[in-house]
Amino acid sequence: MQTERVEVVANEGVGPYRLLRLRRSRLQPGTPGQFFMLEAPGRVLPRPFSLSLAPTRELGFLVEAIGPGTRAIARLEAGEEIRVTGPLGNGFDLSVRRPLLVGGGIGVAPFPYLSERLNGPPALLGFRTAHHAEAAALVPNAEVVLDPTLVTDALPDDPGDVLACGPAPMLDALEGLVPGAQLAREAPMACGYGACYGCVVERDGWYVRLCVEGPVVRAGDGAV
Amino acid sequence: MGVPLLNASGCLDPLTAPEVARSLDVVVTKTITPLPRRGNPPVRIAEVEHGMLNSIGLQGPGIDVFVDDHLPRLAALGVDLWVSVGGFSAEDFARCCERLDGDERVSAIELNLSCPNVEEAPETAAELVAAARAATTKTLYAKLSPAQWDIAASATAAVAAGADGLSLVNALRGLALDERTLQPRLALAVGGYTGPGLRPVALACVYACAAAVDVPIVGMGGVVSGRDALELVAAGASAVALGTVLFADPLAPGRIRAELGAEAAARGFADIANPSSPLVVRTGKNLQTDENDTA
Ligand SMILES: Cc1cc2nc3c(=O)[nH]c(=O)nc-3n(C[C@H](O)[C@H](O)[C@H](O)COP(=O)(O)OP(=O)(O)OC[C@H]3O[C@@H](n4cnc5c(N)ncnc54)[C@H](O)[C@@H]3O)c2cc1C
Ligand SMILES: Cc1cc2nc3c(=O)[nH]c(=O)nc-3n(C[C@H](O)[C@H](O)[C@H](O)COP(=O)(O)O)c2cc1C
Ligand code: FES
Repeated sequence: MQTERVEVVANEGVGPYRLLRLRRSRLQPGTPGQFFMLEAPGRVLPRPFSLSLAPTRELGFLVEAIGPGTRAIARLEAGEEIRVTGPLGNGFDLSVRRPLLVGGGIGVAPFPYLSERLNGPPALLGFRTAHHAEAAALVPNAEVVLDPTLVTDALPDDPGDVLACGPAPMLDALEGLVPGAQLAREAPMACGYGACYGCVVERDGWYVRLCVEGPVVRAGDGAV
Repeated sequence: MGVPLLNASGCLDPLTAPEVARSLDVVVTKTITPLPRRGNPPVRIAEVEHGMLNSIGLQGPGIDVFVDDHLPRLAALGVDLWVSVGGFSAEDFARCCERLDGDERVSAIELNLSCPNVEEAPETAAELVAAARAATTKTLYAKLSPAQWDIAASATAAVAAGADGLSLVNALRGLALDERTLQPRLALAVGGYTGPGLRPVALACVYACAAAVDVPIVGMGGVVSGRDALELVAAGASAVALGTVLFADPLAPGRIRAELGAEAAARGFADIANPSSPLVVRTGKNLQTDENDTA
C-alpha cells in the first residue's frame, strides 16, 4: 500500500461511464481485482475503485457516477490532482486453466486489466442497455447480453474457472451455480486498508473485513 | 519536541497498517471488551455532510485473545502502545484493567466511557473509573462523550475517581436517511458522528475540561490539518489524536506533524510542547479567567 497525490491525465467517456486516467507516479498497479481508494474532491471519505487499465506510467479507472462521491470523481479534469492509496486487498488468483470472465454493468471495471494479464480469455458481459454495453469494447473476446437476458442465462454448461465482478444478485446466483468461482464483492468502505471495520461481510458466523479478506472471495467459502 | 500524535481508538489497525502505526508517537488499540464481540450488522458506515457515521459496535476478540494473540504482535511493532478498554459494567472495566495491569508492553489504558453504539453501563463514568483504578496502577485516560451538558463536571469526577488524563472527545450520535426511501442508511439506524463537523464541539469540550482539571488532555474530533491540531492545543490539549482523517489519508500523521510545526512557528510559538511556551500560557488555564463564561 502506498499513498500518492497524482495528476489526472485524462477523463474520457465510455458509454455512460467515465474512464479516468491518472499518472501512475510511484504507485504499483498490483494484481487485477485489487483496488485503490480515490479522493473524492469535497467529500470526507475516499471511494474504492478496481484498477481497470494499467498502461505504462498510468492507472486507469472506470467510474459509474451514482452518488456524491462517484459524481465528484467523474467530474475531475486533466491537470487536477487527487490523493490515491493502493493497491489494496486481494485480487484474482491468476493461476487458472480455463478462465471465463463474467461481469455485469460497472462490474466490467477490473476486466480490461484482468484480460490483459490472462492473455485475452473469453468474457461474458451483461448490461442494462446498448449504451452501457459500449464498455465491452475495453474487453477483448467479449460476448454481450442485454437485459432482460442475464449472464447466468448465457453461462455455458461447463463454464470453467469463473472470475466474476458485478452486482450482488449476479454474484449470489453465480455462488450457487459455480462452486469455486472467484467473486469480486463490494461493501461500503471508509478506509480500504483495514482500519475502520466498516466493510464487513459475514463468514462462518463472524464478521470479516472485505478490504482485508477480499474483495475477491471464493464461492462457497462462506463469505456473503 | 512537538505535540505527540496518536490515532483515535478504532481508527487504525496497527497490524494491517504497521507503517501508519510507526508514523504516530503513540498507538491506541480499538476498544477491547472482556468477551469477544461480533459487532453490529452491516451497513456500518455512511458518509454524511462534514463527516461520517459509524456503527461498528465494538467488534473484537475479547481481552484474553487480545492479550495472548494480538498483544505480542502489537509489541513487536516497537511503538508506544495504549490499550482502550470498554464494557457494560464496572466489573467489565475492572476485568480488562486487571488483565493488563503489570504488562510492560502497555504504557497506558484508555477507558472508553462513551461508545455511542452500544448500551451504556448502569454506573456513572466516575464509578467506572474508580473500578478501573482499583484494578490497576497503570496510567488511566478517561474518554468522555461530548454529548453532555456539563462535560467539565464529568471530567472533575473522573479525575477525582483516579483518572490520570482525559481523552476528548468520542463521537456524537447521528442518523442519516436514504435520500429516496427515507430509511436509515445504517443497519442499526443510529451511529457515531465523527469528522470535521465534530471539530468545534471537541474544541469546546477540551476548553471546558482544561479549565476544570489539571491533567493532560488528548484532544480529538475532526482534525484534518495541522491548524486543527494546533487549535486543540491552544484550547488545552497536550496531545492530539487522529481519527476519521486516517481513512482518507494514511499519511496524515507525518503531514499534520509538519503542518503543526509550521503553523506554530508562523505564530511565534517555537516550542509548543514546552509547558512554559507562550502558547500554553496564553491559552489553556488563562482562557479560564476570561470574562467569557460560556465554557
Ligand atoms: C472493492 C471495490 C471496488 C469498486 N470498484 C468500482 C469501479 O471500478 N468502478 C465504479 O464505478 N465503482 C466501483 N465500486 C463502487 C464504488 O466504490 C461506489 O459506487 C461508491 O463508493 C459510491 O459512492 P457515492 O458517494 O458515489 O454513492 P453513495 O451515495 O455512497 O451510494 C449510492 C448508492 O449505492 C450504494 N452503495 C454505495 N457504495 C456501495 C458499495 N460499495 N457496495 C454496494 N452499494 C453501495 C448506497 O447504499 C447507495 O444506495 C467499487 C467498490 C468496491 C468496494
Ligand atoms: C470507525 C470508527 C470506530 C471507532 N471506534 C472507537 C472505539 O472502538 N473506541 C473509542 O473509544 N472510540 C472509537 N471511535 C471514536 C474515535 O476514537 C474518535 O473519538 C472520534 O472518531 C473523533 O475523532 P475524529 O473526528 O478525528 O474521527 C471510533 C470512530 C470511528 C470513526
Ligand atoms: S474499509 Fe475500513 S476496514 Fe475495510
